[in-house]
Amino acid sequence: MRQRSLTYRRGIDLGIRLISGLAALFGVAMLGWILSIVILKGMPAINWQFFTELPAPPGMPGGGLANAILGTLLITLLAVLMGVPIGLAAGVWLAEFGQQSKTAEAVRFAANLLMGTPSIIIGVFVYVAIVMTTGHFSGISGAVALAIIMLPVVARTAEDMLALVPSALREAALALGVPRWKATLGIVFRSAKAGLLTGILLAVARVSGETAPLLFTSLNSPYWPESFNEPTANLTVTIFNYAMSPYEDWQTLAWGASLLIAASVLGTTVISRGLLWYRSK
Amino acid sequence: MQTKTHINLDPAFRWLTLASGLAVLLLVGSILYTLVMGAMPALKHFGFGFLTSQDWDPAFMEFGALSSVYGTLVSTAIGMLIAVPLSLVIALFLVEIAPPAVSRIVGGAIELLAAIPSIIYGMWGLFVFAPFMADYVQPWLASIAPGFALFQGPPMGIGMLSAGIILALMVLPFITSVTRDVFQMVPAVVKESAYGMGSTTWEVTRKVTIPYGIQGVVGACFLGLGRAIGETMAVTFVIGNRHEISASLFAAGNSIASTLANEFTEASDDLYLAALIELGLVLFGVTLVLQWAARWWLRRTARKLGAVR
Repeated sequence: MRQRSLTYRRGIDLGIRLISGLAALFGVAMLGWILSIVILKGMPAINWQFFTELPAPPGMPGGGLANAILGTLLITLLAVLMGVPIGLAAGVWLAEFGQQSKTAEAVRFAANLLMGTPSIIIGVFVYVAIVMTTGHFSGISGAVALAIIMLPVVARTAEDMLALVPSALREAALALGVPRWKATLGIVFRSAKAGLLTGILLAVARVSGETAPLLFTSLNSPYWPESFNEPTANLTVTIFNYAMSPYEDWQTLAWGASLLIAASVLGTTVISRGLLWYRSK
Repeated sequence: MQTKTHINLDPAFRWLTLASGLAVLLLVGSILYTLVMGAMPALKHFGFGFLTSQDWDPAFMEFGALSSVYGTLVSTAIGMLIAVPLSLVIALFLVEIAPPAVSRIVGGAIELLAAIPSIIYGMWGLFVFAPFMADYVQPWLASIAPGFALFQGPPMGIGMLSAGIILALMVLPFITSVTRDVFQMVPAVVKESAYGMGSTTWEVTRKVTIPYGIQGVVGACFLGLGRAIGETMAVTFVIGNRHEISASLFAAGNSIASTLANEFTEASDDLYLAALIELGLVLFGVTLVLQWAARWWLRRTARKLGAVR
């Protein structure tokens, strides 16, 4: 082997250290750049009207996105109501009954595939399956799309969290004659509570910033959400529409909505991660 | 002592949870089925030529996927070319170089990049990053390589290159975090013995850590690729949305996902809609294959690493 001087080897080492440090700095700087832009451009749009009023036509002073904020909350809530129970149940089956069976492996595989499926494909699927069948865009179809995106995330996290619960706990309950469902829901769930909650929160955070699956399901609307059976206003599609519009006051509103979405998604993520980290200490 | 007779709810509980598990399985199947059925008119009408035709003219009912497929491939390739080396050195920094406190903070910040919604990247990309590219980066690239085919044309900011760079930022945290985990799996004893022989940090990394974890890193890249290829909103904002193929990376283009996002609600005709659904089917098929390959590869790697230990 060729001998190289120590100075040369140290020089190379120093160079690589420098490059990797700079790369890490670059990553952090990009995060800082994006977040500071969102805050700087979003703050001017945030005021009382932003949270209380309907959008105004371009050029008119005032106007807010109250309908879109409410719509996003309602669609997300509906998605949680559909996605979380099924996801949890699937997680329970994987951890408690399916375990290493062939069927369970297939379900896991499908959940992983579903997690890696682009969200716009879920949108296309829901469009063909629901919007085309019913003949109109609707808030409920948007919620279904979001629920489908949540489902595998909740199922896999739930499985992981339930698998962490020691078997002794289950066996102790079963030995006392507690039925399986009660042992699972009352005892296993209780000891995995924090983990399950974090998993659900992370799934909600991911879903509430989604735009692509809502583009052709919930669509958007300038009115208050009155029924889930019609196009429903929501923040993310509003950002898309307003950002692409030529009107400056609409673009300002889009920045305000971006700040709101970014703050709530990142806030939820940081809080649930913190919760997980705190529990694991 | 009198015993109460309980209704045994256990079978019901078991079946209910099983049904939920099977629902996941059923869902993947029905997505595939629905897309195939929805795309059927286009599949029949255009046949295999759909993938090789560049025409996209709703007025004359001419639809070909080539420019969308090309845009998806090129923007993803740019993204991966930037993200992979960057992720590797960042993971190296986090595992080998930074003190634990710094590593935790920087690692947290990088992971936060993954939590930023796609549409926020789009807003930043369209209003801040694209003008920045047009004012500084693109004129500079054109000046250092005059006449180079990739850097031709007016610096508009939006286009293939900007979309690729934003994709790089978006997949960077995924590749970094898997690579970091892989690097951490290298047994300390192995690294320490290399250090004990007088190796520098870079030598240990190049000759011990990377060969040990290379397969995991490849799996991580597959996962990142799967993300990048279906990324929609950020790309839609900056790619320019033009159904034409240009050699220059400065030129506007489109991707499968951006075409879907832009045109789906406008598709008034059945054939137009079916063509868009077929685009979706192509994208779904590609991500399925990528996912499958990544999982298979990662599992094989985990088994091998397990055998080593």
